[in-house]
Amino acid sequence: MALSSNFWIWIAAILTLAIYSFLYKDNPFYKFAEYLLVGISIGYGISVYWHNTIITKVFNPLVYDKNFLVLIPLLLGLLMFSRFFKNVAYLSRIPIAFVVGAGTGLSVPSSFEFLFKQVYATMPTKLDIGIIIIVIGVISTLIYFFFSLEHKGFVGRVSRVGITFIMVAFGAAFGYTIMARVSLFIGRIQFLLSDWLGIIK
Amino acid sequence: MLKGKGIPVFITFIVGTIMIFSFFIPHKPFGDLEKISLNWYSIIAGFTMLLGVDSLIGMHYRKITRRTGNWGYSIVLIAGFTGTVVIGIIETIRLGTAFNEASYFTYIYNYFIVPLQSTMFSLLAFFIASAAYRAFRARNFDATLLLITAIIVMLGRVPLGEQISPNLPKFTEWIMQVPQMAAKRGIGLGISLGALGVSIRILLGIERSYLS
Repeated sequence: MALSSNFWIWIAAILTLAIYSFLYKDNPFYKFAEYLLVGISIGYGISVYWHNTIITKVFNPLVYDKNFLVLIPLLLGLLMFSRFFKNVAYLSRIPIAFVVGAGTGLSVPSSFEFLFKQVYATMPTKLDIGIIIIVIGVISTLIYFFFSLEHKGFVGRVSRVGITFIMVAFGAAFGYTIMARVSLFIGRIQFLLSDWLGIIK
Repeated sequence: MLKGKGIPVFITFIVGTIMIFSFFIPHKPFGDLEKISLNWYSIIAGFTMLLGVDSLIGMHYRKITRRTGNWGYSIVLIAGFTGTVVIGIIETIRLGTAFNEASYFTYIYNYFIVPLQSTMFSLLAFFIASAAYRAFRARNFDATLLLITAIIVMLGRVPLGEQISPNLPKFTEWIMQVPQMAAKRGIGLGISLGALGVSIRILLGIERSYLS
């Protein structure tokens, strides 16, 4: 056993144990680690935004390339803060409109692309039991989510098949999620036993 | 004129239309306009993050000044936030970039954020399992199906599954590739149709709730 002498490993190990202390019950150590994570994460997020956007996309083009066009989004961004002043709060709608417009404009072609790709992939190209099951599954799932028709009679029976497929998909997604969490747990235990305590190699 | 919703709706329509056209016509002038719009989008969208941070920090600052419940932890949050930003600035001045391997800012990421986040998510392994037991106790056919699929997928992904039956991993793969894929595709198609509908409503100014 070779206990780590690295200060940073100790920090990570103590924080890991503080989070796991929640398995016993909610306690001050867990709360400390939880609040610290939120604080550090937003601090990190702001720093990344500052570096990747403000410096790279605003400061550098403005100072080195004399590209004054970048002042427009900067001013639009600053207009967001107008919502703190009641008499000019309406100005914040302009940057919001820009962001929503760009987001919407981006989503239209990508939605079309997704639609066509998925429909194309669903088309049966050969007689295969798997492909037939996929076609039935896709159509019945879509019918399950189609509420313009009452789910009675034939539609009801098809939507019943749809819910069966949905349950299988949710079960598979759930199983996958648990396995991902368990593998993270194994990773943390390996860190504690190997990097920190040096019990295992 | 600016006080109404007309100009914002017009901006949304113009920006959205440019984005759509530039996808289908990636040549001048639409290609350049798309590039500029995306650049502007990332700059402006970042300010929305600043608004969120301002709200969060403001709330915790008020908790500290009013000494309301758990205010001590709010100090931890604000100290964590301030410390990270300050270290980021210092390291940028010292090393040219805070993202250098040797920077304390990178240490914060490696030894604070990564362990805290991964431990937090791994903690869910315990709660997700117990919550699942309570929620999906095999009460009916659908719940039983969900539970059985989850168990098969879990076993099929570990060596124990292969020990039980060599066909279990293959069956898991089949579940993922066929019935799971079918339902996922159906849900995905529904989502993209819905997204298209909402997008068109926003672009045409029918949906204006984002401006209220």
